[in-house]
Amino acid sequence: MRLKLEKRPEPSRLMVVATPIASVLLTMLIGVVVFDAIGINGQKAVVDIFLTPLLASYKWQDVATKAAPLIIIALGLSIGNRANVWNIGAEGQYVIGSLCAAGVGIAAGGGGGGLIITAMILSGVVGGAAWAAIPAVLRTRFSVNEILSSLMLTYVALQVLGYLVGGPWKDPNGRNFPATAPLTAEQSLPILFPGTTVHLGIAIALVLPFVFWLVTARSVFGFQIRVVGSAPHAARHGGFDSKQTIWLAMLIGGGMAGLAGALEFTGALKAINLGFPSGYGFTAIIVSFLGRLHPIGCLIAGIVLAVTYVGGQVAQTTVHIPNATAGIFQAMMLFFILASDILVRYRVRIVRNPKNAPAPAAGE
Amino acid sequence: MSIEVLILTIITIVGISTPILLAGLGELVVEKAGVLNLGVEGMMLIGAIAGFATTVITGSPWLGMIGAAAAGALAALLFGFLVLALNSNQVATGLALTIFGTGLSSLIGLSFQGRIVAPFGSIFPPALSRDPFLKVLFGYSPIVYFALIMVVLVTWFLKSTRGGLILRAVGENDLSAHSIGYSVVGVRYAAIAFGGAMAGIGGAYFSLVITPMWAERMTAGRGWIALALVVFASWRAPRLLVGAYFFGLLMWLELYAKGGGLNGLPIIPAIPSQFWAAMPYLMTVVVLALISVRDRAGSNAPACLGKPFLTSN
Repeated sequence: MRLKLEKRPEPSRLMVVATPIASVLLTMLIGVVVFDAIGINGQKAVVDIFLTPLLASYKWQDVATKAAPLIIIALGLSIGNRANVWNIGAEGQYVIGSLCAAGVGIAAGGGGGGLIITAMILSGVVGGAAWAAIPAVLRTRFSVNEILSSLMLTYVALQVLGYLVGGPWKDPNGRNFPATAPLTAEQSLPILFPGTTVHLGIAIALVLPFVFWLVTARSVFGFQIRVVGSAPHAARHGGFDSKQTIWLAMLIGGGMAGLAGALEFTGALKAINLGFPSGYGFTAIIVSFLGRLHPIGCLIAGIVLAVTYVGGQVAQTTVHIPNATAGIFQAMMLFFILASDILVRYRVRIVRNPKNAPAPAAGE
Repeated sequence: MSIEVLILTIITIVGISTPILLAGLGELVVEKAGVLNLGVEGMMLIGAIAGFATTVITGSPWLGMIGAAAAGALAALLFGFLVLALNSNQVATGLALTIFGTGLSSLIGLSFQGRIVAPFGSIFPPALSRDPFLKVLFGYSPIVYFALIMVVLVTWFLKSTRGGLILRAVGENDLSAHSIGYSVVGVRYAAIAFGGAMAGIGGAYFSLVITPMWAERMTAGRGWIALALVVFASWRAPRLLVGAYFFGLLMWLELYAKGGGLNGLPIIPAIPSQFWAAMPYLMTVVVLALISVRDRAGSNAPACLGKPFLTSN
């Protein structure tokens, strides 16, 4: 007996939905077993990381705040990933987006209000897209692998941030700490519910997935993205330009990351310091895969990943495991979802050893 | 600049270059086999804590290095299983490995915080290793010489052996290599394990040689510089050696510009430290563009890099 893989004529719809859920559940299960084995209360750790943030209502605003950038970045990246364009530099585009918003804010002096805030957010989008345009130019003009170039530019962006917040943009009243001066209320995003941290950016993150869904499902552009990704030769015959697709995918990915950075700056953190880049751009890649590159999937997966961030902080105080442990769970979820990808595209069949029994056994 | 300061500077640069040289050499072999493993930083951190833990338990930094290599290889094989057996996406799997390694090393490191281990002794007599001038040649950790020997071995393996030829064939045209009868998957597993072992040793260089202690995220992003280095060296082992020391010079200039440098050096014009820190990545992007502009056929990038190996059945 051995296992045989048979290619499915169509990707399994059931598996597309079932595997992400199974990945999360399997991660929780393994978490309990492994943590118990190394002498940490596994059940408590897993409950605190995956459930406490959802069950304790006072944690909801933290989850929403963390989910917003993840969802927005993942939406943009999903477009690229669908078209087989691999922008892994979202972290850098996120940073540049926040810096552009800060630059506009500084240029406006003390000025604030709706117009200035809108200009700050839009400049964030433009900045993120511009940073992503560098790998796009290199790819379309010189065939430079966008995986490597977008990754390298992320680390350049981090140094740009370090230079600006430690030099020209350093808060003069900040006790020599490398950070920008905190935003005034006039330059910050409005808070939606008084007394919480829920800012306008979170509402944007909730609406955007539906916009993306509508656009990708109903427009020629959405079709183009899918065709270029799954059948590049057919796309060329159909008149879709692959260079144009690369450009669109990179600009949307970068623009969304820049938007997330600008919203995080003007809505949540209000100042940029060296801790501003916290890996959202990389975690969003997990989000886009866990969400199966679908806009609504990204929304749900963004919330799941945000829960693990908030839960990681809970577990840090309750079972005394380092904050980074949440990363183990995030990575495990991604490992499982990537591993289970094969179930979407292939059917697993059990085949008897042909020497003993030539007739193949049926079964899933 | 006095000669003493120059010697100290060279020793510092060689020291900070060695981890990226080790990890880069491993990744070079992996990429030559057609696989892109972005998990270098994660494997380095796993190697750093595994090497440190082994040294604390056994008391021998040599066993520590072996433990680091084994742990790095094991982590790499997890990546290998996903991308080779299950055909998962290499980019996403590699990034997951980095996130995984960062978390795992922090968790294991909890029990080892604040402990200190005995460093490596010199393999040369004190007359050589302590001599104020000769120490520029003989005053390093044994791992520095190990890295240099590995450069020679990897160069020789890739260029002059049958195994190296097969490995390059697998990276250049996996379907042809498969049809001649070579095991594409087998070669890639071996390359990935080697890459993991080298990254593990590179990581343990931080916890056993540079600091001798454990700190969370102590490799500080050097895994990403190692990835850049492979591209910067355009996938050639001898160039990787030169590139590693050049990147080491840039990293040293960054430290110097931050104000933690040595006294008695000529004042480097007030260039911010971030400029030097960004240079390895910027230059790598430029090199990427130059490689592509030049004769495409003469480019040294493995043709199958990052692509899944799918036979038609």
